[in-house]
Amino acid sequence: MMTARAYAIVRRHGAWWLAAQAALTILAALLVWWTVPPLLRWLWWTADWSVVTANLRLFILFRYPTEAAWRPALALAMTVAAVGLAVRRAAARQSASGARTLLWLLGAVLASFVLLRGVGSSVVPMNLWGGLLLTLILAATAIGLSLPLGIVLALGRRSALPLVRWTSVAAIECVRGLPLITILFMASLVVPLALPDAWRPDTVLRAIFGLTLFSAAYVAEDVRGGLNAVGAGQYDAARALGLGSVAMHRLVILPQALRAVVPAIVGQFIALLKDTSLVLILGLTELFGVARSVVNQPEHLGRFREALLFAAVVYFVLCGGLSRVSRSFEMRGRESRRGRAVERT
Amino acid sequence: MNAVVRHPLRNERIRAALAQLAVAAFVLALVGWLAAGVLADMRARNLVPGFDFLRNVAGFGISEGPAFAPTDSYGRALVVGLANTLRVAVVGIVLATAWGFAVALARISGNVLLGGMARGYIEALRNTPLVLQLVLWLSLLRALPPLSEAIALGSVGAGAGAAGGAAGGAATQTAWLLLSRKGAAVAWWQLTDGAPFLALDLPTTGRFGYDGGLVLSPEFAALLFGLVVYTGAFIAEVVRSGIEAVSHGQLEAARAVGLREGQALRLIVLPQAMRVIVPPLTNQYLNLAKNSSLAIFIGYPDLFNVSQTVGNQTGQFVAVLGIVMAVYLTISLGTSLAMNAYSRRARWVGR
Amino acid sequence: MRIRRFTTALTNGTLALGLLAVAACTAANPDAPADAPVADAPGDPGASTSITTTGATTSSVPADTGVTTAGASADASAAPAPASSGGLLATVRQRGRLNCGVQDKLPGFGYLDPSGEYKGFDVDFCRAIAAAVLGDATAVDFKPLTAQQRFTALQTGEVDVLVRNTTFTLARDTQNGLDFSPTTFYDGQGMMVRADLNVDSLAGLDGANICVGSGTTTEKNLGDAMRKAGAAFTPVVLEDTDQVFSAYDGGRCDAVTSDKSQLASRQTTLADPTAHVILDLTLSKEPLGPAVLQGDAQWADVVNWVVYGVIAAEEFGITSRNVDTFLTSEDPEIRRLLGVEDALGEGLGLTNDFMVGVIRAVGNYAEIYDRNLGPDTPFKLPRGANRLWTEGGLLYSPPFR
Repeated sequence: MMTARAYAIVRRHGAWWLAAQAALTILAALLVWWTVPPLLRWLWWTADWSVVTANLRLFILFRYPTEAAWRPALALAMTVAAVGLAVRRAAARQSASGARTLLWLLGAVLASFVLLRGVGSSVVPMNLWGGLLLTLILAATAIGLSLPLGIVLALGRRSALPLVRWTSVAAIECVRGLPLITILFMASLVVPLALPDAWRPDTVLRAIFGLTLFSAAYVAEDVRGGLNAVGAGQYDAARALGLGSVAMHRLVILPQALRAVVPAIVGQFIALLKDTSLVLILGLTELFGVARSVVNQPEHLGRFREALLFAAVVYFVLCGGLSRVSRSFEMRGRESRRGRAVERT
Repeated sequence: MNAVVRHPLRNERIRAALAQLAVAAFVLALVGWLAAGVLADMRARNLVPGFDFLRNVAGFGISEGPAFAPTDSYGRALVVGLANTLRVAVVGIVLATAWGFAVALARISGNVLLGGMARGYIEALRNTPLVLQLVLWLSLLRALPPLSEAIALGSVGAGAGAAGGAAGGAATQTAWLLLSRKGAAVAWWQLTDGAPFLALDLPTTGRFGYDGGLVLSPEFAALLFGLVVYTGAFIAEVVRSGIEAVSHGQLEAARAVGLREGQALRLIVLPQAMRVIVPPLTNQYLNLAKNSSLAIFIGYPDLFNVSQTVGNQTGQFVAVLGIVMAVYLTISLGTSLAMNAYSRRARWVGR
Repeated sequence: MRIRRFTTALTNGTLALGLLAVAACTAANPDAPADAPVADAPGDPGASTSITTTGATTSSVPADTGVTTAGASADASAAPAPASSGGLLATVRQRGRLNCGVQDKLPGFGYLDPSGEYKGFDVDFCRAIAAAVLGDATAVDFKPLTAQQRFTALQTGEVDVLVRNTTFTLARDTQNGLDFSPTTFYDGQGMMVRADLNVDSLAGLDGANICVGSGTTTEKNLGDAMRKAGAAFTPVVLEDTDQVFSAYDGGRCDAVTSDKSQLASRQTTLADPTAHVILDLTLSKEPLGPAVLQGDAQWADVVNWVVYGVIAAEEFGITSRNVDTFLTSEDPEIRRLLGVEDALGEGLGLTNDFMVGVIRAVGNYAEIYDRNLGPDTPFKLPRGANRLWTEGGLLYSPPFR
């Protein structure tokens, strides 16, 4: 019996294939044996985690006043609630909700921004923003702003007016052809030069500008994919109903297209979360920046492995968790497209 | 015939023209505004607009790449940076492709241990920032032994005392592969003096580094390794979803005609999957090339890194950034166009 | 129809741009009110202790600092109007906070401590200037700047003064339109090598790998010096000092070049400090000091005299602990320095007793030095050229009269 089954397997796969499998298993086991015990040993005994424990506040809030920590918490809750609501509406296929949902999201992001910064006497200057807080602010604001911009670019790319189309294509392809680091550098270098001195934007805003510009080009391509996926019959039907172009796009086309690209947008957001680590080049101190900064404290000199590893775990939990949540939504929503970490820089 | 007199703004063509005019005006104004700002800033800092500074003597050194001396010009420095970018990108793309396919096959191999490891690896690398990974890889390379105690694979011989004898009598080693904190050195074919043919050149440990052989600096190794394993994780997912996109019936049909699993994969599934794989694979290649700009965080002298040094020395950040952007755009758009042409052809042939 | 689609696009676009603009405008307003409770809090949870904690033993500011400085600041507002109302001094006064450009990744000179406070030698000079101008050493907004950003930040007015380990050079003085204040730290670029290499000159480093930080004059100085010595070398260029020294300590390089203060202070933190030697040579002179924008003589004077003031205080032996006893001193020069006599401060547009506030807040030069670089720190950096002229160093303050 056993031999018969073994024989069947050998016949189906070939003896070499089986031998290769066995060899691979042994190799894999060896790899685990070589890497895991020393790693654990290092994690437990060699590593000195005081650089993390002593600086936990910097990693999370940076210099944001602890008394005002309720503001980031509230902003986070608000944004998560808005996103949850939007996702639910999209899942429930409530028609004509596209534009409004988008406005909500944008509103939530901007309201969070205002809340974090404060008004009048409660202002927390942006040079105090950093750590995980800044990572989240940058990613959320950039994705929020790049959505409308990306939709505009995607529609522009499909426009029949050559100049509009060319401009959109040029903008999208140029941004996608450049490394993020050059775009961020440009944002920090050229933007303040172009603007009058009186409205010199803060470095945080320059970073948001660069990240938004960058993300919008990728969102535009996602949206274009969604627009292409809307059947021609939908256009015909909308026209038959006598809808004008604006109404047609607002009521019929965009809601469907956007619903289809939700997983892709989540992927963009995850990618942005990781990409924010590059704002270090502008002198900002987000999560990765804190890891790089705290190793300069006299008592923690040279403890960069611990600091970096901690930051890596935080990124992993955030991005991995988000992509898992998004995937489970997808499965529920029978969407075939995958919204996992989209990669680019 | 009662001609309907329409308001000019109702006329589609006029409106189209006006709209386009508005866009053109907007774009031109934006460009003009930026240019004016940049020029004003340069004037304020006594900088001469233009690219003449590229001919000036650089004064700094570059750790690797085509020969470069501090007496060479800034322009030459940028060329060396570009060569370094292309070197890591091309080698990286080849290795990442091989690695990505291997990981994808491991994932769908049905081998539980291997599949699980592949999955864990993909998840871990895709969900952490590349720049963090690069810095960690570089720091891991510091765990290698110092040069004098280099790990030698395929050792050919150990001599006593380095050239000059001032090295404190440290023994030299000659081997096919040498590994230490100074990087790796492998035997390589080189045109030796006087000989008209390529001779195999074995590396030897010297006083400050390796003599002979092909030397890989730790920065290059960390960047290459980081780019390959990071992009490989994405390529693996691209390949896997490409393979999964091929209908299961094809595999069953292949088995029915008596092909073995490996043959079925190689002859039936992969060729069909390639049609799905190529466009996102192209994107991953471009990503790898663009991601090589993170070299600045680990000290590999790529184009962006060198451009920052040039900018710091000359103050000509805008001009230098313009050059860097133009180069990246050329690479990206050129590759995109070539790959688009390829996939268009593949589509026609495939049908 | 397509045009309408375009109009939609345009409207959406304008909306997005409009929102961006709104966000930018609300945020671009840098004038956070001085007395904003929240804005103040992060800079100084426990203002008076913040500066003194690092040194542990060096100095302890009297608990009543807050009260006295508040008095000083009240005097400041009552003091005669500054000479030119359009200058930076007036702007800073009006704003109530000093924007100071610093380095945040240079141990000993500028770094962020676990409580979120900037600490370091350079940082203390920012606090000194704030104490002099605003009567409150904690009224500083620190802006960490990269090497590339620092001059632009000064030119665009993002920072009022740059205290970021910046070398005073002719080109920077002219091309970048800066004015340098007196040197606060006399440094020179040096070279540290592994002791087992038995190298005592640059020529001996022919073919070596040398670690060096990017974005500064250091890279070019290295190229020049090695060229002069006729030695080929491989530079390993890394972004910040922590990376430079961990690469060197990790055996990536045979030598490391940096400012001597960095070499000496970092040597003590290497795995085996005795395995390294600092060569007895100087690749270049590196006088480091604060810089301000050219063309505002009044503001430049303020920064200059604050620096001179802390040097003079060391000359007279006035420290943060004993400053009150000197208020009754008979020495006319001490009386003028502390504003008991004459009206020197008013001439600068400050209060006459501005140095009292400075000394109370950060102490004299020796206190600043010891707190950040001295024997009680991991760096244990000898004073070297940064001793008073009376002790064979280069520190020399013009007379206060």
